[in-house]
Amino acid sequence: MLVLENLYVNYHVIKALKDISCRVEQGEIVALIGANGAGKSTILNAISGIVPTASGRISFLGEEISGAPPHLIVRKGISQVPEGRRLFANMSVLENLEMGGYIRSDAKGVKEEIAEVFNRFPRLRERSGQLAKTLSGGEQQMLAMGRALMSRPKLLLLDEPSMGLAPMLVEQIFSLIQEINAGGATVLLVEQNANMALSIAHRAYVLETGEVVLSGGAGELAKNPDVRRAYLGE
Amino acid sequence: MFLQQLINGLALGSTYALIALGYTMVYGIITLINFAHGEIFMVGAFVGLLMVSTFKLNIFLAILIAMISCMLLGIVIERVAYRPLRKSSRLSALISAIGVSIFLSSLAQMIFGADAKGFPESAFPVHQIRVGTADISTLQLLIIGVSAALMIALEFIVKRTKIGKAMRATAEDYNTAALMGINVNMIISFTFALGSALAAAGGVLVGLLFNAVSFNMGLMAGLKAFAAAVLGGIGSIPGAMLGGLLLGITEVFGVAAGYSSYRDAIAFTILVFVLMVKPTGLLGKKIQKKV
Repeated sequence: MLVLENLYVNYHVIKALKDISCRVEQGEIVALIGANGAGKSTILNAISGIVPTASGRISFLGEEISGAPPHLIVRKGISQVPEGRRLFANMSVLENLEMGGYIRSDAKGVKEEIAEVFNRFPRLRERSGQLAKTLSGGEQQMLAMGRALMSRPKLLLLDEPSMGLAPMLVEQIFSLIQEINAGGATVLLVEQNANMALSIAHRAYVLETGEVVLSGGAGELAKNPDVRRAYLGE
Repeated sequence: MFLQQLINGLALGSTYALIALGYTMVYGIITLINFAHGEIFMVGAFVGLLMVSTFKLNIFLAILIAMISCMLLGIVIERVAYRPLRKSSRLSALISAIGVSIFLSSLAQMIFGADAKGFPESAFPVHQIRVGTADISTLQLLIIGVSAALMIALEFIVKRTKIGKAMRATAEDYNTAALMGINVNMIISFTFALGSALAAAGGVLVGLLFNAVSFNMGLMAGLKAFAAAVLGGIGSIPGAMLGGLLLGITEVFGVAAGYSSYRDAIAFTILVFVLMVKPTGLLGKKIQKKV
């Protein structure tokens, strides 16, 4: 579904990504794990078109998307929940969801989608008129995910969904990701919480300073002694 | 006396507010002080004058055509002078803005000459209406009425329409707005169009109010409106409205109190005092550092 081939990204003189090749198949949950600064978020931002690629290619559903502007990439069916959630803090919960459905021209469909998000997260319905900045961390994460789902993405990019959340909420968010995946969306997940990520992912790539150093089935990687030492705290 | 001055102040202040809105909206979305904004206001005044005097159109139609012309002008200025510098330092864009400003006022001087031009008598019939102790002119009512209608329309666009919401989203977080599928370049063009249209309406109204349209009218009006935008809190739309009205009213009361030679200094004095007490302006939000 998504294929990255020999991807390079530079930030000024720093090589943020070096020769990254990876793929995500339809229906999968794929995790990108690695330490802070390994280039995980950069991969997602390159896919979304926020960060320009220096060389290499990104294709989605057989079509090259590298070089396309971000707003057109969303229209192809790729939606991102950015790191730190990045809600529109001074807009209401409802308006945030409307922005998530910006590319859709069917007003009725957008309304139905909002109702669906509210059914999934009843807390958001209670707070629909409140400004996003007044929500708690967990509610904000729910809103960020709800907002990303509004465009009915084929591929959902999640950047550190567990960041700053209490362990119980982390569990909830991860079971939600599985639900969304079961509902038909393919998921590419970036996580520092490698334990959780490997527990729900089908496959994973391990990144170190901008390079893929290991890849394979999630279960297999979770058993790998190097991974356990470096990322699972053993 | 009080009522009279209040109405004079409201009329003047609402023109400041119209211009201030353009500064604040553009700043809100690309953190650029559009120093050519005062000249867009001037061009609007000339287009309005031309429509009324040469083409004999009625004043409302003239305002509308001035607004549409300046929308296009605003879009072109952004495209030509600011967009190529989007990723450069703000200073480069600022210098580019000053360049556009000089270009436009020189162009106007070349075309229309250095003398101020007045509107023909027939442009708008001015009567005085006696209300209590005050004489209100129909011109003041026109100015206040048109400004209020435009500001309500703006409020509606920004608060309720899809494109207005996208504008606020883009102002809050450019990259995340793009992740929603919002074409941020289109939204920036739209913001320039809106701000320029308001300035154009302000230009025609100020031209009528002082019965003078000149190539350099954008300078002082632009500076004062900028002061109004900062006073209200740059980036805040209600702030620009409030700042404009407040500045107009204070200026008129200052003149009435006998300080007419300090007319132009009044605006900047208030600005300095308010910023000393509240550096973000009256309705400005705390500056959040974007990570």
